[in-house]
Amino acid sequence: MNGAADMGGMMGFGPVQPEKNEPIFHTEWERRAFALALAMGATGQWNLDMSRAARESLPPPKYLASSYYEIWLGGMEKLMAERGLVTGDEIAAGKMLHPPKPLPRILKAEAVPGALAKGSPTERAATSPAKFKLGDKVRARNMHPVTHTRLPRYVRGHIGVIELLHGAHVFPDSNALGQGEQPQWLYTVRFAGTELWGAAADPTLSVSVDAWESYLEPAS
Amino acid sequence: MSHSHDHHHHDHHEGTVLSEVELRVRALESVLVEKGYVDPAALDILIETYETKVGPHNGARVVAKAWSDPAYLEWLRKDATAAIASLGYSGRQGEHIVAVENTPLVHNMVVCTLCSCYPWSVLGLPPVWYKSAPYRSRAVLDPRGVLRDFGIELAPEKQIRVWDSTAEIRYLVIPERPAGTEDWAEADLAKLVTRDSMIGTGFAKAPAEVSR
Repeated sequence: MNGAADMGGMMGFGPVQPEKNEPIFHTEWERRAFALALAMGATGQWNLDMSRAARESLPPPKYLASSYYEIWLGGMEKLMAERGLVTGDEIAAGKMLHPPKPLPRILKAEAVPGALAKGSPTERAATSPAKFKLGDKVRARNMHPVTHTRLPRYVRGHIGVIELLHGAHVFPDSNALGQGEQPQWLYTVRFAGTELWGAAADPTLSVSVDAWESYLEPAS
Repeated sequence: MSHSHDHHHHDHHEGTVLSEVELRVRALESVLVEKGYVDPAALDILIETYETKVGPHNGARVVAKAWSDPAYLEWLRKDATAAIASLGYSGRQGEHIVAVENTPLVHNMVVCTLCSCYPWSVLGLPPVWYKSAPYRSRAVLDPRGVLRDFGIELAPEKQIRVWDSTAEIRYLVIPERPAGTEDWAEADLAKLVTRDSMIGTGFAKAPAEVSR
């Protein structure tokens, strides 16, 4: 969806403000929100693409006014409410008001190091040959799905060159909708700065994005 | 997106009044624990891992080895995920890694315009600025301007390559090795490697800036 999260090329946010000796977390609630998001993610009640979709579909005024862990929190609350795991009245009350749903997977303390070390690789066996090869010219499709996608707006309609092949990877657009992994070939596509931003762009700039095969069409 | 991570502080009165978000997180944690969905001890381990164990020192070791060992650098170029895993760094948000090398002709910079994708296994959790709207919006359009925000002026003839992490591939920048470090041991080289130099928003430190 064309939400507030898709920020590449927007203007007016002001300078980047690096913080000297920045702590990992700035407040105790950030620590807890981070850990809760990881622990709940590990229950398998949603996948990574669903959690990204939940965050980026927050209404733009809310997204833009929130700090990053507030966005995580908002996304997590939405996912839990949708699944009837925790509802708004329970958060307001600060206690359980409805019986818990049985969850087949709970992240126990002793399983944390193993789970983090394993991660969640997204590469899958390819079921078809790659449509594009290194050096091919491709156009990022001009598409505007109303659901989750990872093709940023600033490359849509523009021509780039395939520079890396990554094998077949879980397709976020379907996975976010609960329609399965439907793995597709994943490519890194390199765009010239002037192709994306016009003649006034920095002539030394190129921008590369990772794009699934169905995001791309041949260009000549 | 607001990057004023301390904008709730106006609600504080000597720690007796909690902000709305603090209350919300506390309530949420209570409910999740009460329902048995989360193990409180697991939460503590998750926090401890990313506060004390996983961080840019991991990536610094990778870079120092790449600077010292040509065979390792070649492995990094071919299969960074495996080369990095051989040092014990793998897993969450580092499942698929590509290393990109800075040279006298090319400067690489990494961003995630869509969210906050970042190579956790080698750099730890991203700083606030990396997740903020100013960086995400401008890195792909005006990276030289962004570098100026970091106090860096890039030579005008240098090519600048921005990598937008839109999938599960995570990018690690191998900064240029500082001159005058030819006889340095790997462990000393690692001291020169900053977090920002591995994102591409900084350079490695000068030899005079560290003690060997």
